[in-house]
Amino acid sequence: MTAIQTRVLDASPSAAKARRFGAWYVAEHRLRVMRSYVSTVVIGAIGTPLLYLIAMGVGLGHLVGSTPIDGVSYLQFVAPALMCSAAVTVASEEFTYPVLSGFKWNPTFIGISSSPITPGQIIDGMVISVIVRAFVTSVIYWVIILFFGAMTVGVSALSVIVATLVGLAFGIPIMTYIATLERDTGQIAMVMRLVLLPLTLFSGTFFPLTSMPVYLQWIGWISPIWHGTQLARVLAYGAQVPGWLIVVHVLFLLALIVPFWWLSRRIAKRRLTA
Amino acid sequence: MSVDEVRMSAPARRRPGPLGALYAGNARAVLYRAFTATKSTNWAVVLSGAFEPVFYLLSLGIGLGPLVGTVEAGDGRAIPYAAFIAPALLATEAMNGAVYDSTWNVFFKIRYAKLYEGMLATSLGPLDVAIGEISFALLRGGMYAVAFMVVMQLIGLNLSWWALLALPAVLLVALAFASFGMGITSYMKSFQQMDIINFIMLPMFLLSGTFYPLSVYPQGVQLVIQALPLWQSVDLVRSLTTGAVSAGILWHVLYLAVMAALGMMLTTRRLRALFLD
Amino acid sequence: MSPVGVTLIIVSSPVIVASELVKRYGGVTAVGGISFEVAPGESFGLLGPNGAGKSTTMRMVGAVSTRTSGRLTILGLDPDHDGPEIRAQLGVVPQADNLDEELRVRENLMVYGRYFGLPMSYVRRKADDLLAFAQLQDKAKSKVTDLSGGMKRRLTIARGLMNDPRILLLDEPTTGLDPQARHILWDRLFRLKEQGTTLVLTTHYMDEAEQLCDRLIVVDKGVIMAEGTPASLIREYSTREVLELRFGADRNAEMAESLSGSGDRVEALPDRVLVYTADGEGELARLTEAGIRPLTSLVRRSSLEDVFLRLTGRSLIE
Repeated sequence: MTAIQTRVLDASPSAAKARRFGAWYVAEHRLRVMRSYVSTVVIGAIGTPLLYLIAMGVGLGHLVGSTPIDGVSYLQFVAPALMCSAAVTVASEEFTYPVLSGFKWNPTFIGISSSPITPGQIIDGMVISVIVRAFVTSVIYWVIILFFGAMTVGVSALSVIVATLVGLAFGIPIMTYIATLERDTGQIAMVMRLVLLPLTLFSGTFFPLTSMPVYLQWIGWISPIWHGTQLARVLAYGAQVPGWLIVVHVLFLLALIVPFWWLSRRIAKRRLTA
Repeated sequence: MSVDEVRMSAPARRRPGPLGALYAGNARAVLYRAFTATKSTNWAVVLSGAFEPVFYLLSLGIGLGPLVGTVEAGDGRAIPYAAFIAPALLATEAMNGAVYDSTWNVFFKIRYAKLYEGMLATSLGPLDVAIGEISFALLRGGMYAVAFMVVMQLIGLNLSWWALLALPAVLLVALAFASFGMGITSYMKSFQQMDIINFIMLPMFLLSGTFYPLSVYPQGVQLVIQALPLWQSVDLVRSLTTGAVSAGILWHVLYLAVMAALGMMLTTRRLRALFLD
Repeated sequence: MSPVGVTLIIVSSPVIVASELVKRYGGVTAVGGISFEVAPGESFGLLGPNGAGKSTTMRMVGAVSTRTSGRLTILGLDPDHDGPEIRAQLGVVPQADNLDEELRVRENLMVYGRYFGLPMSYVRRKADDLLAFAQLQDKAKSKVTDLSGGMKRRLTIARGLMNDPRILLLDEPTTGLDPQARHILWDRLFRLKEQGTTLVLTTHYMDEAEQLCDRLIVVDKGVIMAEGTPASLIREYSTREVLELRFGADRNAEMAESLSGSGDRVEALPDRVLVYTADGEGELARLTEAGIRPLTSLVRRSSLEDVFLRLTGRSLIE
């Protein structure tokens, strides 16, 4: 047992492979970590849609009555919004504590950066792993929505992709902010309470944005949740949204994802190679 | 006062009687520690906690209210939707605050900070610890409740003078949940198990007649919901703030009082089992 | 692994060349122009107190910190351009453990191996192999947080060996470990040395430097104070033996004054007086004869601690 036996020719460490696939190795790592709380992930992914669709769609829908909202039933109206919110919740879990932890509490990012992996690839890997979890969560949501009869098989399937994008559009800027933190003195809780919660509640999730007074509608305009939810509604039941506005919705989501992704990579590089 | 006199007057002696081994009559030492520790907390975070129910109220009251119209109060009057959900949010906030303080916070103190182990190595008994910690949770919860009730008053959602009694009612709700939560937390061993608490809280929040009256459910489901502590709390607080008061709400009070007493017994027993046996 | 001829060529040139290496953070100079070379198979040490610039130097060598100025090549490559290529051939054991606490012991090794582009099937076998080397087989499925400090450090070393590194960098490998855990760790490092792995380590323990290093540099305040083998440094900067005398905290300084002239050199420390001499017992006898009565006295061999004291006027561990 003294000598280390396993040395084979075809398994020499390769910087070339790390340069090409590094981000995927980081994502593999994150998904393996998620396995340690897989029961939470699964129960959340199945339980949350059931619960919200019953409470909001059926319970609240009963109260709202049969007057159509945006041309459809209340359940049909909230279902795409609930799906987007679920993806946002997943992203806000994965882009906050794990990021701060990786830099600080349990500094696995420092460990990774002494391998051939670059700091930018660590960020990319985080994003990939969140895409996987948010996508799977959204697919489960979509299937359950089908069971509730709030969407029909077809174009509505594409709303799963929109939901994943909303998760990223909300989560990546949060990651950028968290990556600059030296320690958590409640900032994460503040983000959840003062950003996540109001954006969820005032983004036309449970009622059309237009039923709010104008002085509150701006919250929706700056919220990725509103832009994404409107797109998802177009796909889910053909909500009437002018073409130019659809373009705005898409561009808004991308405008949050791309620059903040780039910025996160820069912050990680500065932080891990100082 | 000389040092000796101080020593004589300190309430550190174990009292004889049934509580002798559990209670040293010095819960305020635990409360004092909690106050001292809050000096280093981030007050912005504490303050932000008060916004949570206000956001819900504004969003659903303003945005959803017009779609819903009016809802029937306990005595058959038609009341605005905002006045219907505000008391439910008040009760839910009391539950959330109490459960957070008595579960996550206590879990950390038991498993990681080993705080209670240190406390029980002194003359303090488990009941001192339980009373001290829960009192602190109630004080904080009470402050949030007052803030929210002020908001309700400003918007005109307190429909009756009975609303004044909503404050003690909310404290009772917090006491019931806090004492029970602390007992349950003492069984928890890992963060994964702690997630179970979330799995219980979220459905209770969404389903306990918070956002819509119980009448939307079929009869059988109604009975199940009525058995839940949050529904008991919501109905109690809602009766008071809307003024739909009847003798029936005393049953809610009894339910919550029994829950608090059982929870306190459980907590004391568990703390003793964990640290003294 | 590689043809014999190639190996010989690699052996003949140094694996690390640092020349006038400087690292500044804002206005603070952490490393102020240090130069050294490390030969393949060598065990090279950086000895110095906390804050001397050792860890910063190690991070530059590990290609995770960019240098402010100076020249640095590792395995013939420049870390500014070929970071991944360099890191692919290094093993790193950082001062603070950064094992992933959310993964089990064996998973930590496997996941890390993947970062070097190693195939899954290989990573599994290699992890088992290294668990045996680190004497952690029966902990394979344990949580990292359940391991002792010594076990964590051995696991971190095992992790650093997943890619069969040509150079293993160890930053304060035994700081914070109890004596028994240190000895187990040293034994593992010896075995690596016997197998030809190049070791570069920092330490502020002179016994560790004496045990593990073929050659070392003494670093203080970001500059090199001396360089050589442990024995040659002691020969050059200290005497063969040291006489330690204690007169009580109040009288040490005063007695040191009156002792000046005895031995080759006298050093007054707050808790004791050191007399440097080739013959400790002889010096003690002479002092006793002269009527000097210390509370306790001790004769010992010179160590690197004395070298450091001589070079800087300060004790290594403060």
